[in-house]
Amino acid sequence: MDADISSQSIQGIATFEERARAIVSIEHVRTATATDIVAGVQPQLIVEPGTEQELAKILKLANEASLAVIPRGGGTKLSWGNPPRRADIVLSTARLGTVLEYAWSDLTVTLQAGCTVKQLREVLAQVGQRLALDSLWPSRATVGGILSTNDSGALRLRFGSLRDLVIGITIALPDGTLAKSGGKVVKNVAGYDLPKLVTGALGTLGVITQATFRLHPLPQESRTISCLAGNVREAQRLLLAIQNSKLAHSALQVRFVESMQPQIDVLFEATQAGLAAQVEQLKAILAPAAIIDPGPAVWNARQELYSAAMENEAPSALTKISVLPAQIAEAFETLIKITANRVRLNAVIQATGIGAVHLRAAPSVLGDTLSLLRIKFEAMGGSLVIAHHPQAAPQLDAWGNAGDALPLMRAVKQQFDPKSTLNPGRFVGGI
Amino acid sequence: MDARIIQELRAIVGSRGLITSPEELHTYECDGLTNFRVLPLGVLLPESTEQVQSILRVCHRERIPFVARGSGTGLSGGALPVENGIVISLTRMNHILEIDIPNARVVVEPGVINLDITGRVLPQEYFYAPDPSSQSVCSIGGNVAENSGGAHCLKYGFTTTHVLGLEVVLPDGSLVHLGGKSLDAPGYDLAGVFVGSEGTLGIATKMILRVVKRPECVQTLLAAFPSTNEAGAAVSDIIAAGMLPAAIEMMDNLAIQAAEAAVHANYPDCGALLLVELDGPNAEVQYLMTHVNEICRNNSAWEVRVAQSDAERALVWKGRKAAFAAMGRISPNYIVQDGVIPRTALPQVMSEIDRLSKEAGVRVANVFHAGDGNLHPLVLYDRRIAGQEAAAEALSYKILEICIAAGGSITGEHGVGEDKKQAMSKMFSEPDLETMQRVRCAFDPLQLSNPTKIFPRPRLCGEQPGKYVAHPLETAGTAERF
Repeated sequence: MDADISSQSIQGIATFEERARAIVSIEHVRTATATDIVAGVQPQLIVEPGTEQELAKILKLANEASLAVIPRGGGTKLSWGNPPRRADIVLSTARLGTVLEYAWSDLTVTLQAGCTVKQLREVLAQVGQRLALDSLWPSRATVGGILSTNDSGALRLRFGSLRDLVIGITIALPDGTLAKSGGKVVKNVAGYDLPKLVTGALGTLGVITQATFRLHPLPQESRTISCLAGNVREAQRLLLAIQNSKLAHSALQVRFVESMQPQIDVLFEATQAGLAAQVEQLKAILAPAAIIDPGPAVWNARQELYSAAMENEAPSALTKISVLPAQIAEAFETLIKITANRVRLNAVIQATGIGAVHLRAAPSVLGDTLSLLRIKFEAMGGSLVIAHHPQAAPQLDAWGNAGDALPLMRAVKQQFDPKSTLNPGRFVGGI
Repeated sequence: MDARIIQELRAIVGSRGLITSPEELHTYECDGLTNFRVLPLGVLLPESTEQVQSILRVCHRERIPFVARGSGTGLSGGALPVENGIVISLTRMNHILEIDIPNARVVVEPGVINLDITGRVLPQEYFYAPDPSSQSVCSIGGNVAENSGGAHCLKYGFTTTHVLGLEVVLPDGSLVHLGGKSLDAPGYDLAGVFVGSEGTLGIATKMILRVVKRPECVQTLLAAFPSTNEAGAAVSDIIAAGMLPAAIEMMDNLAIQAAEAAVHANYPDCGALLLVELDGPNAEVQYLMTHVNEICRNNSAWEVRVAQSDAERALVWKGRKAAFAAMGRISPNYIVQDGVIPRTALPQVMSEIDRLSKEAGVRVANVFHAGDGNLHPLVLYDRRIAGQEAAAEALSYKILEICIAAGGSITGEHGVGEDKKQAMSKMFSEPDLETMQRVRCAFDPLQLSNPTKIFPRPRLCGEQPGKYVAHPLETAGTAERF
């Protein structure tokens, strides 16, 4: 970075800090420390606005001062995406933690972006409801964070991902606009669907300040049935047979640990009356494989892979892969072939074809492996996104090919954030 | 239109793909909302994506606005032609291109009729879930534009839930692929934004859709209540009991009378009728249906029937599906309204509509998707009586205001189109609308694609944004980001 820009930026920060303190009180503008590092880049200031309006004002102020802003919720997935080109201000939603309106009899809830998933779960559980989503790190992850990263787990098979659960949104834009779209009712086609636009946008278009979700009742009963498949081809055959059956399962996954047989898990959520018959039907599909009743812990498999990758001292990578359900065997075979004898592998693929893959090896081996795997998965029409980068490995783009719509995505970015204030460089194609 | 341009367009689509004679153009002057009519300069009927691209390149160069059209069944004027514009009818692009049962995906062209998709996957016991009442004639392209719903979206979701990928011709003629067969393609969810954009962002020429396995068991319960209050209370109790029926539909007495007159569905003559459909595994449906039955009886239902066979279910649904058209039996003219309220506001909103109806001397029949609070009040009037049409229109608009005041929406499934542009300002603030239009400026900076729809005022997209200028560090390549 050249010296002129650098000195300008220091001045800019000082003026910004002074003005920010006039908007939020002094104790909520503080100097960033090493614990605030964003994918290896050290930001300078942390600002914690107390209202959505304050957040919009701070964002505008930073935008005018040409400072780069990193929105942050619980910080659990801050390493996702590419390292930012710059990181001046961390804009935290830590103080925006209010559940604004819980219309339980309408099965909707409106809350501020800084609410944690756990906090939301506790509120909803009191009347037997839930946000039907098994996202990562629920005790720390926030509503704004799960939306921005489009995080979803195995329940997606039955209930859809966040794009199907979010019905309204308020976002702050770099020019200070605070805009809502969608609404508070489940069925609504008035105007463009901006809730979907910002879901998975990694905070590059605006900062989510508030969201409304549709809810589902908590199940009366749930039960998990598992079985071992002889090999990955057999696992896929069983999985497609279950998908092609009339069972009303809520989740389905294949777990794979190297040199072990793949394990299939099926989750039923139903009434007592409906459960028994479904379990019998499933047994018939799985026969002659032996049935295991492993309890609900198997549904932590995805979380365990992510935690292992983030907390592991040894170099490792965590990727999110996407293929079609009927390509799951091919995906496993590709993983086995390319990692053979060089990389330790642990994977869980959910029946929609979305998988988490944890890879452990020397940094240079990891780099080569990830590049090769991405080529293979993209050739299958799928994708490979790197959620956790191996330390000291050559820096790979987190996203891969965004296809022929990339110029259009850049045009959208240009309209919402023309100065690239928000998370610069973190998203696809350098957005 | 300039003879030179007509010549050029004819060269793209051939003589049978271009309509310019005034008498034939009249077919295209409106959609299902017939009180708005505009004669287009011409209608083009392309047969391929390449032809759509060529047409849009001409439109872009000559600054000719265009409106895409499917079957023309829309109820908000979304396919209404614009002044000095052309209509592009996608009805000849009607091929089902791929059926992939193992992955539960189908790939279709925009002119394919909604119900034909289910027809093609029925042998494998799959179905395409979004089911607008017009599903036997409406096109998938139109469904995508409007994000169509239907009675079963309570459980299965809307069109947007079932669209995984789109091939889109942008207003400058370029081709993009949004989303895809696999989920979570890297980048913004532009397929999610395109669905429901009412033809204002370009023309979709291929859609990748999800199909769903048919449930093991489907049962439909029909219950007769003294009034909509008791029926509404039953709906609340069903939801509170933790059930998610496939559909919950309600009709009031006037709507029942009309349906009876039109199709003899053999409905009981009552204050309000509830249809509750449950589907899923056999044992589950049997158990829950007993529970629904109890809930209805506890809320004063005096007759409850459960249709078990397909034939019995078809009869129960016949009256409901024919409800809009049936209004012709009891009133010479009517307006179909489409508003949404939080379900719990139903009693209060119903009594408010009733009060306004009496005040205005205009009858209102009510049909709703009660499970998700989507009201379809049918405002009945006689055009021949002086002042009645204006009174009906005023009442219809007031109903939207009631919906907004109750925390709802001005449209649940019919779209904003031409019809509800002004009501958008009541539901959204100026910054909200301005922010939405940034998306339009990115897709269609010249505002050629169905301009004048959705938004009460167009946003100026400013000077033509130049080509995106990459950050110097970005062009240096990923390896040198630091």
